[in-house]
This record gives sequence, C-alpha cells and structure tokens, in this order.
Amino acid sequence: MSDKTASQRLDIIRMKGRPTVNDYIPLVFDDFFELHGDRLYGDDGAVKGGIAYFKGTPVTVIAQVKGRNLDENKASNFGMPHPEGYRKALRLAKQAEKFHRPVICLIDTAGAFCGVEAEQRGQGEAIARDIMEFMRLKTPVISIILGEGGSGGALALGVCDELAMLENAIYSVISPRGFASLLWKDASREREAADIMHITAEDLKELKVCDYIINEPAEGAHTDPQAAAAAISDYIFSALQRKFQKGLDELLNERYNKFRAIGEFTE
Amino acid sequence: MLDDIFSVVRQRWGSSSPEKDDSKKPDIPKDLLFKCPRCGSVSFSEEFNANGKVCPSCNYHSRLSARERLDITIDKGTLEELDRGMVSKNPIDFPGYEAKQQALRASTGLKDAVITGKAKIRGRDIVIIVMDSHFLMASMGSVVGEKIARAFEYATEHRLPVIAFTASGGARMQEGIVSLMQMAKTSGAVALHSEAGLLYITVMTDPTTGGVTASFASLGDIIIAEPKVLIGFAGRRVIEGTIRQKLPDEFQSAEFMLENGFVDMIVERKKMRRTLAHLLALHEDKGGLHNE
Repeated sequence: MSDKTASQRLDIIRMKGRPTVNDYIPLVFDDFFELHGDRLYGDDGAVKGGIAYFKGTPVTVIAQVKGRNLDENKASNFGMPHPEGYRKALRLAKQAEKFHRPVICLIDTAGAFCGVEAEQRGQGEAIARDIMEFMRLKTPVISIILGEGGSGGALALGVCDELAMLENAIYSVISPRGFASLLWKDASREREAADIMHITAEDLKELKVCDYIINEPAEGAHTDPQAAAAAISDYIFSALQRKFQKGLDELLNERYNKFRAIGEFTE
Repeated sequence: MLDDIFSVVRQRWGSSSPEKDDSKKPDIPKDLLFKCPRCGSVSFSEEFNANGKVCPSCNYHSRLSARERLDITIDKGTLEELDRGMVSKNPIDFPGYEAKQQALRASTGLKDAVITGKAKIRGRDIVIIVMDSHFLMASMGSVVGEKIARAFEYATEHRLPVIAFTASGGARMQEGIVSLMQMAKTSGAVALHSEAGLLYITVMTDPTTGGVTASFASLGDIIIAEPKVLIGFAGRRVIEGTIRQKLPDEFQSAEFMLENGFVDMIVERKKMRRTLAHLLALHEDKGGLHNE
C-alpha cells in the first residue's frame, strides 16, 4: 500500500474520472433493478437503490451518487442526500430484511444536504432513524466508502457489520474544508486540515472504525476502474462469506459491539 | 457571566489564555442584566432569574447548567449519579485538547458535558440524562457517547424509563471520527431500550443541533421542546451561505419543529416537571390487553 498523505488522497478522490456508483454497479452486480421513492415524499436522486444479483445471490444495493458530469450532478444534487434519500434507504433496507437479502451500502458523499427544505423535512430525524434501524436490521449489512465519507450523511449508511474503505477514501466528522473554517476561520486551509484530522483508511483502521482496506490500482481507481471493481467484488464476496456463517443473534451482537467499543476515556 | 468564569480560570492557571481581552470594552456590569439572544430585549437579571431564566419579553427559555436543570426537575436528593469520574482521552491527538478540557473542568465543575443517573420524579423511578452546554457546547465526544449509552443500558437492565434533556452543538471536532461514531453507539443503545418496551422521553433544550439531533435526541417515543429554543441539523450560517439569503428568526425554532412534525409538544419550564410526571404515570399501566 502506498504511503500518501490525506491531502494527496483528497486530490485523488476528487480527480475527474474517479469511478462512481454509476460505474461500479454494472461492473460489480448483475441485473440491477432500480427501485424509486421513499413512499412518503419523493424520490431522491442522491441515493440510488435497487435489487441485483451478486455472484448469483440476490442483494439490495443502496448507493450515494456522485455525478460524473454536470447533468448527473444536477440529478444527484452532487451526491448530497435530502431526508427522502435517507428514508428511501431505510425503506429498501427493511424490504431487504423481509426477503432475507444482504444489504450492500456504497458511500460517497460530502455530507447530507444542508438547506431549508432538508430541515423542514427533518434531516436530523431521517439520519437518526437510519442509524437506529440499521443497527438492528436482521440481515447482513456491508458498507464500503468509495471516495468521501462525510459526517452523519455518510454514517446513515455506515452502520454495518463490516466497513471497508477504498485505499484512497476518507471518512471524517466534518469536511476538511469545514474543519479549517471552524478551527482557523479559513476554509482555504483544507489540505492542512485534512493532514491533521486522521481521516485516511489507514488512520481509521487504527481507530477500529474501518475493518478492511480495499487496494486501488497504483495511481488510483480512475486509472483502471475494472480492476477497482474487481477488488470491490472480491471484498464483498469474502465479507458475505464471513457474515453468512453467523446466526442472527451473533450478527446483531457483534454489530452493536463494533460501535459500542469506539471511544477513548478513563474512569 | 461566562466571561467572569474564564477570568477566574485565567487567574487560577496564571497564564495567558486564548480568550479575548475584554479590558478595552466599556465597563458594564453584565451580571445585572440579561440580554435575550432571541428578541434582543434587556431585562434585570433578578427578574430573569426569578422567571426561571426565561426571557420576560418573548418567552425564550435560555440555557441552564445541568445542576440547575436537575434542581428543578427531579425530587430533591434522589440523584444517584452514574459514571461520575469519566474523562475523555485525546483520540486523534488534537493540539490543546487536554488543556482545554482541564480549564473547563475547573470553571464548570463538570468532568464533561453530560450528567447521567438514576433519580425520581414525583416518586417515580427514572434514568435521567442532562447535557450541559457550558462544557464545549455539549458537543458529543467519547464521554458523552459512553455515558449516554451506559445510561440506556442501565435503564434497559433495570426496566426504567429514560428522560433526556438534550443540548448540543453537535459532534466534538476535537475527537474527529471517534465523535461521529458516538451517534451510532447512543442510537444503538436507544434501540435496545425501545425493543424492551420501555419509555424514552426527549426534552430538547437550547440548542439541540448537529449529530445529537441526528441521533438519540430525535429517537424519543415522545419529544418535548422548550419554547423558542434552537433545534436543527445543519448550522444556520451554513444554510445561509448555500442559499445566499438571511433566514427568518423562526427557522429551526421549537415552534418550527412542531409545525413540521418533528416535536410532539412545546412545554414551558414551569410546567415541565408536572408534564413529565403525567407522562410517566400514563406509561405505568400497560393497558388492559397486555396486563399479566
């Protein structure tokens, strides 16, 4: 694995041509049927969900959509979900539970959208509900951070049995830009912020937040999307093997304890 | 008032502090007056305090310390505090975090931003959680997350209802991703308490925002808010920056949350204890069908 700094990795995940879920879904899954809407308000283009086969096994896929161009980004709000996106995710997760399908969450967002309508429709409640329900969802949940894992907007799809990160992905409590503007009142110092925030896959493995690091092609996933997709497939295959062996109680206890154990304090 | 506290800290630590130097400002005895952050009106502190720290002009329910909150909420002398001595480490080696915590411990008398314990309200046993915005804006780090999770686990084990007074600026930046994970930890503990069929009441106080709104605060069976308090997910200035216009005062208020369906009721401070006692009573009898 390469020893790049967090800010160098930030450059890689922002590079034009970095594969998105729109590239990965057809490469990793077969016969993807997209399902729309939260049945409460609308359909959020920032969260794409549906059913597909993974190596012959039916799975539910829930993915945050970063656009590859302006049109895709307009449709997906640059990958920043509204409450209806999180409620669609929950609907599909409960559907997966009913039909005993594992859930694969693909995370790639700067964060939940911050806006007037998002507040009116309960962005906080929508994320809270996802976190609580995913914690107790009676089917395996595997989450993979593809690029950016931004704060509560990422965690809403990140309560899982195993969290994997692509080698160059980051996961943070606030965007480096937001951190710089809070700490130094200067958003332009985001690279500096990134380097002190402990947000790389390796940092997070050390903090026991991330369970697996999925290697990318040498210069990043954009240089060989097929190879990156193959690495993701291999990981999902092995993760599902591990989780299918477990009874439901064991699965849910381990999921609870995975998050229960994170925190550093003295008594 | 907070400035006075900091000046005591500065003297005690005998070193220069990053706090602003106020010596050039005109000498107004701040202790005597309360200026309401909502309506801007000024009242005498005596009147404001006698009114339960509620603005006499607009009814804004201002921030209380956790001790003040406990005093007006639970039966006298019934608190059995849990995890009193817990203090946070510095999980991402954030510069100055230990020193900052130490200074706040000296000035607030708190170890971190939440007090949890077993207590009684009008004779009924509860587990109570009270956050205190005077400690790092009651941001949620390892200690806040752990104490809240343990409080719910204790309540589940002893089959007790939980009442949580929430107040928070959100995640604790100084603890990085570890702070974010406390959202999952606390919400998971709420889920187990809920599955056990037990009651959880949230009382949202000023301000309930960010990662606390997006986790356990929004998961109560019944959600109460104090009048005029700030409740929301995203920071107001962040949203104003996105839409490039000023937001109305009511945006993200308790009243806004009630109107949009995210709060069950708005209850004045002077009626809170009574209201909680009634709600606890209503949940004691499980209803004819389920009586054993």
